[in-house]
Amino acid sequence: MAQPSPQQVFAPWEDPNEKPLIEFRGVTKRFGDFTAIDDVSLSIFRREFFALLGPSGCGKTTLMRMLAGFEAPTEGTILLDGQDIAPVPPNKRAVNMMFQSYALFPHLSVWENIAFGLKRDRMEKDRIAQRVDEMLRLTRLEKFARRKPHQISGGQRQRVALARSLAKAPKLLLLDEPLGALDKKLRQDTQFELMDIQEKTGTTFVIVTHDQEEAMTVASRVAVMDEGRIIQVATPDVIYESPASVYVADFIGDVNIIEGRATPVPDDGEGRVNVAWAEGQPPIRGTTRRRFETGQKAWFAIRPEKIAITQDRPEDAANAVRGKVLDIAYLGNISTYHVELPTGHVVKAQTANTRRIARRAFTWEDEVWLSWTATAGVLLED
Amino acid sequence: MRRFALIAMPYAWLLALFLIPFLIVLKIALSDYALSIPPYTPTFDLSQGWQGVRDFFAALDFENFVFLTTDDLYWKAYLSSVWIAAVSTFLALLVGYPIAYGMARAAPEWRPTLLMLVILPFWTSFLIRVYSWIGILSGEGYLNQFLMGLGLIDAPLTILNTNIAVYIGIVYTYLPFMILPIYATLEKMDDSLLEAAEDLGCSRISAFWLVTVPLSKTGIIAGCFLVFIPAIGEFVIPSLLGGSETLMIGKVLWEEFFNNRDWPVASAVATVLLLILVIPIVLFQRNEQKQREAEG
Repeated sequence: MAQPSPQQVFAPWEDPNEKPLIEFRGVTKRFGDFTAIDDVSLSIFRREFFALLGPSGCGKTTLMRMLAGFEAPTEGTILLDGQDIAPVPPNKRAVNMMFQSYALFPHLSVWENIAFGLKRDRMEKDRIAQRVDEMLRLTRLEKFARRKPHQISGGQRQRVALARSLAKAPKLLLLDEPLGALDKKLRQDTQFELMDIQEKTGTTFVIVTHDQEEAMTVASRVAVMDEGRIIQVATPDVIYESPASVYVADFIGDVNIIEGRATPVPDDGEGRVNVAWAEGQPPIRGTTRRRFETGQKAWFAIRPEKIAITQDRPEDAANAVRGKVLDIAYLGNISTYHVELPTGHVVKAQTANTRRIARRAFTWEDEVWLSWTATAGVLLED
Repeated sequence: MRRFALIAMPYAWLLALFLIPFLIVLKIALSDYALSIPPYTPTFDLSQGWQGVRDFFAALDFENFVFLTTDDLYWKAYLSSVWIAAVSTFLALLVGYPIAYGMARAAPEWRPTLLMLVILPFWTSFLIRVYSWIGILSGEGYLNQFLMGLGLIDAPLTILNTNIAVYIGIVYTYLPFMILPIYATLEKMDDSLLEAAEDLGCSRISAFWLVTVPLSKTGIIAGCFLVFIPAIGEFVIPSLLGGSETLMIGKVLWEEFFNNRDWPVASAVATVLLLILVIPIVLFQRNEQKQREAEG
């Protein structure tokens, strides 16, 4: 991500003296009886690439439209640079938006689309031309300047939309599912292009997406939303490794969740907890920073790639269970094994396919051992 | 073969109901007036054989077209028709655009009802609807009674039998033809375009002029032609609502045909009218084609 200097990690959210560019304070938005946004408080800092992630209908688009000025909060205030933006109409905000449908003007050429916002500012003609050319170069669209939107490809249209929204050099750029209409390969290339452009221009980006992989790739921080609330705001690695709730763990990536009852190991100072999860099975040994009471309900979440799959029982493993291979999903670079335990639980374990498929060690119906270390998973409360 | 039959159908239709009647009218326009039945010479006489055909063609001339240029009544009538049609088209656009815009912005569940209401007048005879305007616009009509009742005017306004009444009649009659194509283009428009325009610094009003109007251009052009083309040749409205000052080519045509019984001159008038109409019709076709290309 954008880093002020190589030594210093870009993390303004950890600096108490840093003033946020955007601040939501207790924002609620209702449409009739429906609460789209429920008491959201959130700070976004300068030069951040901030992702709002959630399933459709979770309120992420509403949150973004409030920043753009198309919706007004029912309660609470939104501050941009310390100023309440509620009374500022969308055409007066230093905020630009890239629309999901791109919303390119079909009657105008690529050049005129990009110049549209600049002309509204009554900028001089020379400066408009200069700025448009700059944007065309940034998005590598020089060759298509004279074309109409219907004469270029989807990926090019996406870049025109980006160029148009960046042309006015906004303080904040909003991207509403910007890559939704592109196919997977192009989407991945474009993600890196977006990060590159964000870094070059130093603009603060807020992206709305339902694609967790996209959010993880591009964002400096991710806010996971559900039913109008923000469940967790953190950097991608924290979201992935230490999800705050079962919902986050389940929404981001693949995960095994095992329900059980916690028994803290007393006085060891490392936060070790044993989780009884099934009759006749040894408890799962894990660690946590949370406090669990004895007998409290707990969910143990572990990512498939953190579970090793072996023929024999590993000797030094903190946790090991026996099971039978039920299914194998071959994805080329990795394989996911679905292993059924005697208790009926199905656990997913992932291994990298370092050998050719013909020499695979396990196949269907094989008896295998699954093992993981004490720190591999996380313990979650309700 | 099937393909040929499909294409042949519209062509056969045009041939039978447009081209042949037109050739007959053209032939009459090239004939001379005569006190007979039918009231022109020559008539086609096959009994004379080849000689008869040659005599027939020798008797045809452009005399009637030349006559149209000698009397200024005709070119004034053409010009006045074009003028009245153009003014009416402009007024219909002024009235029709806001209606189409309102319909396109209405909640989706209301749109079929609104569309129905626009088409509803067609359920009553055109003649009756134009006739009823006499009751509204005349000296003792509802409009004057209403205005005098409000105390806005002291003496009744003279509207009936003036060009104003003709404008009202044409705008009223052809309004649906203006509304429907404009509505069709506005309804297709993506709302996010207006949000994008606002986001880029437009006020609501400038977004309307810079985005909505250009995007509904094809609808506006189609609507204007659909009103302008029939309005030029309009006969019923000027003869019922217009006065002696209202000069329209449809009325002249009627008088030549039924009052003077001069079929050849009437046919010549009709032929020239058709030639005048070809220009906007070709332009209209080109507009439609352009729209299809833009969409394709």
